[in-house]
Amino acid sequence: MKHLLSTHDLSVDDIVGILDVADHMAEINTRTVPKVPALRGKTIASVFFEDSTRTRLSFETAAKRLSADVMTFMASSSSLNKGESLRDTIETLSAMGIDALVIRHKSSGIPQTITQWTDASVINAGDGWHQHPTQGLLDAYTVTREYGTKDSLQGRSIAIVGDIKHSRVARSNIDIFRRLGAHVVVVAPPALLPGNIESWGVEVRPTIDDVVADVDVLYMLRMQLERMDSAIVPKLPEYCATYSLTPERAARMGSGAILMHPGPINRGVELIVDPADVPGSRILTQVKNGVNVRMAVLFSLLGSGATSTLQQGAES
Amino acid sequence: MGTEILGADDVSRAITRISHEIVERNSDLSQVVIVGMQTGGVWIAERLCENVNRLSESVVVPLGAVDISMYRDDFSLRPVVLSAPTDIPVDLTGRTVVLVDDVLFTGRTVRAALEALNDHGRPRAVQLAVMVDRGHRELPIRPDYVGKNIPTHMTDEVSVGPEGVIVTAVEQ
Repeated sequence: MKHLLSTHDLSVDDIVGILDVADHMAEINTRTVPKVPALRGKTIASVFFEDSTRTRLSFETAAKRLSADVMTFMASSSSLNKGESLRDTIETLSAMGIDALVIRHKSSGIPQTITQWTDASVINAGDGWHQHPTQGLLDAYTVTREYGTKDSLQGRSIAIVGDIKHSRVARSNIDIFRRLGAHVVVVAPPALLPGNIESWGVEVRPTIDDVVADVDVLYMLRMQLERMDSAIVPKLPEYCATYSLTPERAARMGSGAILMHPGPINRGVELIVDPADVPGSRILTQVKNGVNVRMAVLFSLLGSGATSTLQQGAES
Repeated sequence: MGTEILGADDVSRAITRISHEIVERNSDLSQVVIVGMQTGGVWIAERLCENVNRLSESVVVPLGAVDISMYRDDFSLRPVVLSAPTDIPVDLTGRTVVLVDDVLFTGRTVRAALEALNDHGRPRAVQLAVMVDRGHRELPIRPDYVGKNIPTHMTDEVSVGPEGVIVTAVEQ
């Protein structure tokens, strides 16, 4: 496998393989010197056309812990502002000798398009509403390791609450969770559900109260406030009354159930409860696991010769 | 079509002998850590550690395992196969590490293991124990404890297990 563009490119064996490699990375990250020479001599560029804190820093931390060199490209301070095209930008970066490009863009499909213009591996770090594959992988890692079921989510129920329609996290996570065997429930107002939700293989429930006490994982999506004005969303207080996690609802979560959120959190919107007060909150565990899983992805794509660990998984 | 060089009894005797040699050479066993290389060295390290702890009575020598796949110098030459993760239970600074593998060949795996160990502290010394030394070193590395020296051709395959050691000639 050369690129990671979508969770749909990964077989279940690939997914399990990456999560296994992430266990190795987790051990490295517990050391006093959390650094190995695995990707010495490789250069990785993070190319973000959209704002990000955790994804960009997580990838860059992951690359550095594997001893790769990291270049950071910020669209806001680049020659894009002088009218340079996306293609020229990518070709210029590639000409400097890059082994992997980590791409975030507001438009779906841009990482796929970029693969035509470069010999480097392309990793999708979020494109529009389409996909955010490393988020799906790190969330699957978090849930499987939480429940000690290495390669399966069989028998687990996972509720994803919030703006499903505009969420690339929902698309990547639902795909991976379902293929690992979990039962996935989505909770959202009709305006924030995609039109073809029936074909996603998930159960739809109208309110958070329907699920909060019953699921193993309560996955709260970020309410994309920038869309609040566009009148597709009910008024905020109305939304919160039906979909937000309040302290009262958090108290009804099952014992052993966990709370997850991809960040950044809108405090007082989707999370009215302070996550620090929820014993089952794994929001910071997700961030920590993000480094392990992104190290595993980089190592799987770049760390090997003729045949990568991923390709072996695909062949077996 | 392999030739059995050592049987199960021979392997057991070699492990017993190496255990005694470890005790003999390390007067302060409380500073010793036995570390097996994933995956072939792990079972040998376990048995050495059991024996040494039986011989030493008062001291408990810790057992660890090291995975060297992130430290190889030949990533671009061959696919990387990950084994089980590293598990080093103590800080190695100031300790004497007995590094254990099944077969010593080019020495490149040992080189990688030495680098990996250094990320867990700075050992006072590292000693190397192997069941089979088959020659063909490409680096200046030598074992301290050897089960059996076996002259081989570069292309032979050597398999080591509790049930014995088998050398198979591979036609080029």
